[in-house]
Amino acid sequence: MAILFALLIGVLTAIGVYLSLRAQTFPVVMGLTLLSYAVNLFLFGTGRLASNAAAVIEPHATYTDPLPQALVLTAIVIAFAMTAFVIVLALKTRAELGSDHVDGAADQPAPPTAAHKNTSC
Amino acid sequence: MLSFELAQNMALPWLALPVFLPLFSAILLIALRPLGITLARAISGTSVSILLICVVYFTASGLGDTAQVYPMGNWPAPFGIVWVYDRLSGLMLLLTALLAMVSFLYTIATDEDKKGAHFHALFQAQLFGLNGAFLTGDVFNLFVFFEVLLIASYGLMLHGGGAARSRAGLHYIVINLMGSTIFLFAVGALYGVLGTLNLADLALKISQAPASTYGLIAAASFLLFVVFAIKAAAFPLYLWLPGTYSETAAPVAALFAIMTKVGLYALLRVHGTLFNEHTAPFDLINLIDPWMRLLGLVTLIMATFGVMAAINLRRQVAYLVLASVGTLMIALGINTTDALTGGLYYWIHTTLMTAGFFLLAGQIVRTRGDQIGQTRPPMPHALLAGSLFMMYAIGLAGLPPLTGFFGKTMILFAALASPLWVPIYATVLLSSVLMVVALARSGNALFYRVDHAPLPTELAPSPMPLGNSKLSWVAVALPLSLVFLMVIASKPLTQWLTLTSAQIQDTPRYIQRVLHPSRTEPVPNFAPHPAHVPEAS
Repeated sequence: MAILFALLIGVLTAIGVYLSLRAQTFPVVMGLTLLSYAVNLFLFGTGRLASNAAAVIEPHATYTDPLPQALVLTAIVIAFAMTAFVIVLALKTRAELGSDHVDGAADQPAPPTAAHKNTSC
Repeated sequence: MLSFELAQNMALPWLALPVFLPLFSAILLIALRPLGITLARAISGTSVSILLICVVYFTASGLGDTAQVYPMGNWPAPFGIVWVYDRLSGLMLLLTALLAMVSFLYTIATDEDKKGAHFHALFQAQLFGLNGAFLTGDVFNLFVFFEVLLIASYGLMLHGGGAARSRAGLHYIVINLMGSTIFLFAVGALYGVLGTLNLADLALKISQAPASTYGLIAAASFLLFVVFAIKAAAFPLYLWLPGTYSETAAPVAALFAIMTKVGLYALLRVHGTLFNEHTAPFDLINLIDPWMRLLGLVTLIMATFGVMAAINLRRQVAYLVLASVGTLMIALGINTTDALTGGLYYWIHTTLMTAGFFLLAGQIVRTRGDQIGQTRPPMPHALLAGSLFMMYAIGLAGLPPLTGFFGKTMILFAALASPLWVPIYATVLLSSVLMVVALARSGNALFYRVDHAPLPTELAPSPMPLGNSKLSWVAVALPLSLVFLMVIASKPLTQWLTLTSAQIQDTPRYIQRVLHPSRTEPVPNFAPHPAHVPEAS
């Protein structure tokens, strides 16, 4: 289970990093979301993975560490708010700059196909 | 003596005031927004004034001479979240309150708060996040306050709108969201290895950690370094700063002068407490110091190029902020008491001066436009603006009569102890010369290259927006007058800062204050959850 869990976090992080390095705002937002999923799972894992452990503390019983769950809850709430904010901002920049490029680049003077034609001529 | 301690204990719950006062003001401001801007200004102004008085009282009464620990809800240190007030926190709170006051005055003088909704609520939320970050003694709580101050800063940064502002804001927000994610990874790694999040307790647990966990602890330390370097805008991660600071409104940029210092404060507080030479194991002592010195040098070089290449004044001031970050990172990286003292002196100086310079740039933008290369008609109040410009330029470039010179001199004296002293001397001195040249050039272009011929009406600058012009000049001159006070009171200030840096480096005392606030109580036995106890091997 631990290996599967670690692989999952790794894959999520890799996809998140890849997407957040893209040039359009939508993949960037998706990348940030996936990164926050990865980090939430990571925080959850810091309490060690255990099955059949009690949630409530009893004397002489194994119980799960409750703190990471509190941390994850806080992190989820914050990530949720931030994602909502960044989506609204991405829409606003899309409307104001007329482009969903992260640098707000206006339409290229010539589309890439035309540029190819120019060089081939 | 007894009455003194009693007075200190009485003062302890008041430590909550700098954090909760702005929070309640922000809530009140949101609720009472329909009643108009005058009431909002009154609430916001009262809140900032009380904050300033309270923080000045804390500093003047010497409350932070020994670290004061306030356990929230009376939960003892490793379990509950504690607030720790010491000299460094006090200094940061004081700087924040001063900047807030200056920025608030400029805002109401120029009607900047009428350009969009909720300016004052966001402003107070920003203060809430800043003060919380400076007072907390818990790593996860630091993360939460970072988020609070960041989300408020997103709103403030975008206040007023405009395409250029939105584009710069998007970059700022995305890189900070990446930073928050890395912060959580680092905090999770620390908790996973050590089973605690309290700073003092973390320092203690690191000193007892088995050698097999050093790799993970070092990795977490470097992740935290990346996060704080994003906030501080250190070399590879500074590209968000010039755009953000130059595109946002002047009073917001002035308040943001403290934002890069939040990153440096966190470096000093977290890395200074966890990886100091008194408690940390030998392999983990001062891991990031060589990187700080190196990246500080590169940041300073890049910032100097930026100052020289900037085509408008606000961007130039933004690069001056970056130059101060580079210089401060060099000082913190040398990490001796002398270097920290000089660094803190320069720290106060640069925070006040860049804030004032942003406001001055705002004044020039309003009356002239801040494209340096263009010839424009003469601006109103050119003599006043020009004199202030000269003094700010002298101070920030580090020429003798003002504090920039003293700060840099102290840092350079301390740098003699560092093996890197030759490149440090060369970079700091050369960058100062180049900044003088660049600032002289912009001053020349802004104030002397004047077109006296009347412009056609459609090109003429729009008349100065309504607002209290006198008050806005007071706000611009206020940081400068504080800096003059710093020159006059250099000696007592330096002595105070020497004690402050000694306190920063005295981690054993910090641990003792946080974990056993009173010697009469028994020492609490705080074992972490069994999952985090390393197996004896």
